[in-house]
Amino acid sequence: MANKLNVSINGFPVKIEKGKTILEAADEQGIKIPTLCYHKDLCVAGNCRVCVVEVEGQNRLSAACSTPCEDGMEILTNSLKVRNSRKHIIELLLTEHNADCTKCYRNGNCELQKLASDYKIMTQDFIELVPLKKYSIDMFSPSIIKDDSKCIRCQRCVRTCAELQGVHALTVAHKGDQMKITTFFEKAMRDVVCTNCGQCVNHCPTGALVEKNYIEEVWEAISNPAKHVIVQTAPAVRVGLGEELGLEPGSRVTGQMVAALKRLGFDSVLDTNFTADLTIVEEGNELLTRLKKALVDKDKNVKLPMATSCSPGWIKYMEHIYPEFLGHLSTCKSPQQMFGALAKTYYAKARNLQPENIVSVSIMPCTAKKFEAYRPEMHDSGYRDVDYVLTTRELAILIKQAGLDFNKLEPVKYDRLMGESTGAGVIFGASGGVMEAALRTTYELVTGRDVPFENLNIEPVRGMKGIKEAFIKIENPLEEWAFLDGVELRCAVAHGLVNAKKVMNAVKDGKVDYHFIEFMGCPGGCLGGGGQPIPTNAEIRKKRADAIYAEDGNMPMRKSHQNPEVLKLYKDFLKEPLGEVSHHLLHTKYTVRKHY
Amino acid sequence: MANSHQLKRVDFIFRNDNDWEKILSSTIKKKPQELINELISSELKGRGGAGFPTGLKWKFCSQEKADKKYVICNADEGEPGTFKDREILSKVPYKVLTAMAVCGYIIGANEGFIYLRGEYKFLEPELNKAINEFEYYCKEINLDFKIKIFMGSGAYICGEETALLESMEGRRGEPRNKPPFPTQSGYMGKPTVVNNVETLVHTFTIFKFGAKKFYDLGVQYSRGTKLFSVSGDTPKPGIFELELGMSLQDFVYEFGDGDTKAVQVGGASGYLVPRKKFKDAAIGFKGKLTGISLPTGGSMMLFNSSRSMFNVLDNYLEFFREESCGQCTPCRVGCQQLLLGIKAVKRGEKPASYLNKLMRLTETMQLTAKCGLGQSVANSFSSIVENFQEEMIY
Amino acid sequence: MDPIQSLVKDLADEYGRKRESLLPILQGVVEREKYLSEYSMVEIAREVDIPAAEVYGTATFYSFLETKPTGKYIIRICKTITCAMKGKNQMLFAIQDMLKIKLGETTPDNRFSLLESNCLGWCHKAPAMLINNEVYTELTPEKVRDILSGYMKQNGQI
Repeated sequence: MANKLNVSINGFPVKIEKGKTILEAADEQGIKIPTLCYHKDLCVAGNCRVCVVEVEGQNRLSAACSTPCEDGMEILTNSLKVRNSRKHIIELLLTEHNADCTKCYRNGNCELQKLASDYKIMTQDFIELVPLKKYSIDMFSPSIIKDDSKCIRCQRCVRTCAELQGVHALTVAHKGDQMKITTFFEKAMRDVVCTNCGQCVNHCPTGALVEKNYIEEVWEAISNPAKHVIVQTAPAVRVGLGEELGLEPGSRVTGQMVAALKRLGFDSVLDTNFTADLTIVEEGNELLTRLKKALVDKDKNVKLPMATSCSPGWIKYMEHIYPEFLGHLSTCKSPQQMFGALAKTYYAKARNLQPENIVSVSIMPCTAKKFEAYRPEMHDSGYRDVDYVLTTRELAILIKQAGLDFNKLEPVKYDRLMGESTGAGVIFGASGGVMEAALRTTYELVTGRDVPFENLNIEPVRGMKGIKEAFIKIENPLEEWAFLDGVELRCAVAHGLVNAKKVMNAVKDGKVDYHFIEFMGCPGGCLGGGGQPIPTNAEIRKKRADAIYAEDGNMPMRKSHQNPEVLKLYKDFLKEPLGEVSHHLLHTKYTVRKHY
Repeated sequence: MANSHQLKRVDFIFRNDNDWEKILSSTIKKKPQELINELISSELKGRGGAGFPTGLKWKFCSQEKADKKYVICNADEGEPGTFKDREILSKVPYKVLTAMAVCGYIIGANEGFIYLRGEYKFLEPELNKAINEFEYYCKEINLDFKIKIFMGSGAYICGEETALLESMEGRRGEPRNKPPFPTQSGYMGKPTVVNNVETLVHTFTIFKFGAKKFYDLGVQYSRGTKLFSVSGDTPKPGIFELELGMSLQDFVYEFGDGDTKAVQVGGASGYLVPRKKFKDAAIGFKGKLTGISLPTGGSMMLFNSSRSMFNVLDNYLEFFREESCGQCTPCRVGCQQLLLGIKAVKRGEKPASYLNKLMRLTETMQLTAKCGLGQSVANSFSSIVENFQEEMIY
Repeated sequence: MDPIQSLVKDLADEYGRKRESLLPILQGVVEREKYLSEYSMVEIAREVDIPAAEVYGTATFYSFLETKPTGKYIIRICKTITCAMKGKNQMLFAIQDMLKIKLGETTPDNRFSLLESNCLGWCHKAPAMLINNEVYTELTPEKVRDILSGYMKQNGQI
């Protein structure tokens, strides 16, 4: 009833729902109040003070993001007082910020830069603080670079790491002019519980947190005639790349992306989706093996639930926080790493290439993959399996540097042998995708029938809910799997590390009884990964998810075990799932790490 | 022209009739609404510096519906030049405890805390003794109210009520967004009354003597008495309870050393009044009485002609630069800019006109800072720079 | 269990294992150990189940929760305006002269650390200083020397 308030914004009367803030009310009216510390994904902070507005009757300005509307409020968003204050605040921020934009990785996509440009801050009368401070740059992590000289202390990264991811690697320390964003005991990020997920990177408004880029290394490899440069592309990249190149969120650019990669000079353009399908075959068999051990052999030591292992941010999180559960992780490598191992063995042999001359590059929506590629155990091919990992953002930079007009490119298909994929492979990019792909294959393996969901779309595991569940009863299985008759397969899906924590705590406390859990480190799954285009928010992630499921729906084959190149791989090379060769190349171990 | 009040010494706060037990038991026999009306008609305002009407605060909190409420005594006295709360807690702690219990009775809280600044840790043992005795008596009269001391650890900003709540909840003392206010959502999200030590003792006086006795002292908008912490260039440093509304001129006659150049009223967050303006200033809360009205926690620091106002401002800005919580831009960066700015002007690295830019910056800080610390830096900055500009430059 | 672990456990038993318990526990460790080492912070994080970064971020906010090694007796000289006017610098010289350390330093025998602090609430008896929790006011250089001598004579059992 009386849920609507009457306020006026810049003289215009507006009806607004009770409980909304001034910022939300203005947004509904198409008035953009500038912000810095505000982010749709996070709780309201109200510390940058950029969004201040004038409210009639108040002798101070109010922060629009944190002030709820009240009946009769008269709001001015652009009065002289507001503008002058806002200009001062931007100037103040610029004095404690290394404003050498031309040398900054976020040049052109920086929120502070945009504010300075919108408000035409062309003189700086205040005293430059940067030379007086001893700012440090942390370049030790293989994934993330933290440059304190660019930090505007909006605390978005701290809130992201705490609320969104539940990792708490970053904190605010000290006070006054010494106040800074840092880690436990101000150690390098490499030396604390940072999972490299990169959510801090894609929530940072400036260049204070960026990915470590390998652009020059990749260019050098491409230009070296002696090197054969292979590139693999993750599923989520093809629904994100467009945003960096002027297209709407949710644009599917697979064919153009392949065309671009070819033009950039990569020698073989292949698809991570191929090894995604491979992962399903290996992991599906691994799950069934564990189930058999539990239900037939009554093995008390078998680790169930089994957890997926393709998200390196999730893996590092497990290694720090739940090391006693490492046995529950699937021993399968991630698709990126399976690909890397095969590229310098199977692919090299088939194409008559010397593995030492192969440079293996991957394009990922992820920053943790950079860490994963450099994990010491990842050289089962006899060489570093994946040499360089580029984020979606870095690929866009390569494309821009090469002067390609992305929109004019004609779509091209992936190269053969490791470029074929099914719909089940592409949905790896969305939260619930690995589970859905696994169920499509495993159910058919066990029963000989299609999984009982219309069009193979397993809706219960789709969508943005933090924790999802799917229970599938196995009835009338094939004889080999008779022990599963009547068994209800209990599956769960969690995305974002804060939800992973919830599920793991429930498992730890014995509150839930799952067989198989899909964990993805980033909100929305890989499509919301730390290496995806900035900005990110729930709306954008939903559009990317819709695009991924549209790609799946349009593919001729939708089950991993149908992939002809995967079948060929087994016939010619691996022989059988979980066999000796698989074991050597496609499976891995984990490391216990410090909890704190 | 200020009304000339003689400096009447009063003795409500420190007089100890040892009758707290009687006052407590008789007060809680009255209806809460009656007690709230008493406080409201007394026009008692907070004595920590912010000056919010106490009766209203207790009324708002009592109106909130919640399963748990709290009373917190803010003993994080840290404003430069203020030392009255320490004296109250060591000399008449029972008045504070009684007031807290009455507040609890009125708003419906059975738990109270005293947030005691870390620098006053030596008070803890005696205070705990008093609390034990107090709780014993409460049990005797069937009053459900427990008090615990929560120690601070050296952070001026924790005197701000929401920063205090954050600190009590185990976090950094960073002020919260308001609304919601502590009376709606305070400690652990529950309705909470946070009051300064002195404010609580004044409520004791009002409950004992009635609102009229309190109201009859002081002036319009600034009723009652206040404790003043006097220090600096004065032959009479110490704590004095005086009526509000006195003219600064009268104050200086009483407390100056004959050569008073300026008085800092209200600590580093207050105003510096130069000699030529003494007669125009009165000590109280905002009102129509005088040319300048000076809200205050009671800190009065006197400076004679040997003192450099540049050094004074420099000292204040150093203080704020360190004690700011650092969360909001205007305060964190603004304090640094002001400090470096006046140093640069003094050294000749920036022209005198740069002071005008800094004055405009303090206006922005006053308008946009998230809490009272950032909002108040403008007070001392503008009053010193305006009245002693030559000392900033030469 | 080493002394730090048992200290932290006792403090957690007394004050609880919730976020609200953090400050009293940090204070308890500082009371005995004089400062918070990395090890003690990890133990607190473990015992109370709070992320280590949060323990660090919270501790560094408070001036009296030192995170750098300090001596047994921490001298905190007030540097706010009234004490500054009444001769705080003279006291600093006297201390520096006697102990041979500068601000921010600790004596080699780990007895004394010299720090500055803001208003201690004794302005009418300035200059003032704290040594651990004891307050000393109306200081003169002679008085300061006497006070420090008194501490030096103690057997180090604090």
